[in-house]
Amino acid sequence: MIERKDVEHVARLARLALTDAELEKMREQLNGILAYIEKLNALDTTDVEPTSHAVPVVNVMRDDEPGECLSRDDALANAPDRAGEFFRVPRIIED
Amino acid sequence: MPDLIALTAHELTDAFRAGTTTPSAVADAYLARIKAVDDRVRAYLTVTEDVARAAAAASDARYKAGTPLGPLDGVPISYKDVLATRGVRTTCGSRILEQWVPPYDATVVRRLGAAGVVPLGKSNMDEFAMGSSTEHSAFQKTGNPWDTSRVPGGSSGGPAAAVAGDMAAISLGTDTGGSIRQPGAFCGIVGLKPTYGRVSRYGLVAFASSLDQIGPFTKDVRDAALVMNVIAGADPHDATAIDVPVPDYTAALAQGVKGLRIGVLEYTKDGMDPDVERAVNAAIEVLRGLGATTQAITLPTADYGLAAYYIIAPAEASSNLARYDGVKYGLRTPGKDLIDMESRTRAAGFGAEVKRRIMLGTYALSAGYYDAYYAKAQKVRTLIRRDFEKAFEQVDVVVGPTTPGVAFKHGEKEDPLAMYLNDIFTVPANLSGNPGVSVPCGFSTGGLPIGLHLVGRAFDEATMLRVAYAYEQATPWRQRRPELA
Repeated sequence: MIERKDVEHVARLARLALTDAELEKMREQLNGILAYIEKLNALDTTDVEPTSHAVPVVNVMRDDEPGECLSRDDALANAPDRAGEFFRVPRIIED
Repeated sequence: MPDLIALTAHELTDAFRAGTTTPSAVADAYLARIKAVDDRVRAYLTVTEDVARAAAAASDARYKAGTPLGPLDGVPISYKDVLATRGVRTTCGSRILEQWVPPYDATVVRRLGAAGVVPLGKSNMDEFAMGSSTEHSAFQKTGNPWDTSRVPGGSSGGPAAAVAGDMAAISLGTDTGGSIRQPGAFCGIVGLKPTYGRVSRYGLVAFASSLDQIGPFTKDVRDAALVMNVIAGADPHDATAIDVPVPDYTAALAQGVKGLRIGVLEYTKDGMDPDVERAVNAAIEVLRGLGATTQAITLPTADYGLAAYYIIAPAEASSNLARYDGVKYGLRTPGKDLIDMESRTRAAGFGAEVKRRIMLGTYALSAGYYDAYYAKAQKVRTLIRRDFEKAFEQVDVVVGPTTPGVAFKHGEKEDPLAMYLNDIFTVPANLSGNPGVSVPCGFSTGGLPIGLHLVGRAFDEATMLRVAYAYEQATPWRQRRPELA
């Protein structure tokens, strides 16, 4: 069972500012979904390799040659806040 | 000349070549249709009238000069709003991307553009493709053209409703757990999920990267093959688009099913709509009548697919959606410091279902739970792959129902788990990577479409489409259309 403090912890990890009502609803719903997921434990998976990817491809290589890329203006065009050639964010490092 | 908007893509380009109509006339007919009925269906988030008219005019000129680009030149298309379109707003059905204007085209959009299609606009979807009803769009609820009080399915409900409602000749959707095949079934059209790795995802806003695939909605099977001919194949921009030769998917369509071995999926009858069961059984009889041999097939671990999916997909989503932090693009809500800004931005920008999945995925990946959930689900995924491998040692295609029921009413499935259960038959093919297609196989007593689900071998869409085509040609379902007008 997930408790309220677990939900709060996960919300912090996920960077989601949830309201009290949302946290409570989330606790109920996550418990419901996880109870359904418990059915996986009925399957014996000892010595079964995990599948991370349906088609086995590894290390697709290409020549390391510069190609076309977005212009700086295109890359910055959707920025919520910019300062000249930079993305602007709230101050992180204190004076 | 029959109603232009009723025609398939291949019928349209036949008419263009014969000179009986032009791409501009067809684009006009579609734009007029959107104006006439989309206030009721609400399939489109953005209609690109100017782009469409310019593309149609260019296509007119090519036909006039006798130099069309191929069998999709001049065909009107709708793109699910999860595919990046240069200069055209791409929202993903989310407030967080409401104003995002991509600086580049998705590879599929670029390839279809080079094939001469006429882009009508961007269609509605569940936010970030999370949902089975398109009710989780932040902007509007789309109606099913067969009964607008019902859902079109999801998450690709907009592009499905656009084709079913004759507001596009073809469209592209995406399928992570059934999001093309289920709306295809609910809307009475063809919906194809290609093999994982068959189609480049460059420019597809990522949901669950080990599962997502792009595929077409079409009015018939031949059109699905024609779209695949354009979008399939390797791409230097997407290392997961695998370099396997692309056949001409139309070449084998008409070869019939004589000698093919069809696996009839044995599935749990719990919660099944008897109309769906009846229609699927009748479809199997049709395939037998056409000369296919059939045998019962079980996928013993497929029943666990949904549970594995609801660990794997949210886990990958929680990681993919970490990029929406209010810095590089999308919404920003001010906060007292960086973390506060990020947390407020994400709280304001994401809807309830997206938050739920991010929370579920973050929990499943968090310290102490990884092995119990994510690693366990990936092992179950291996068992499901083995089930399919075993099945395909005995048969060429597996058939069954696409969904347990027909299109439900808006607001009918408020409980998240009840909604998830819609995907029970479609999810296994995403986990295993196999291609799947839903083709219309009849109607419920209430007049709603039913889909037949065919699953093929990896990278063998051609055989799967051959069976779908034989079935479609032997049955009358395509003739029936919704009475929107």
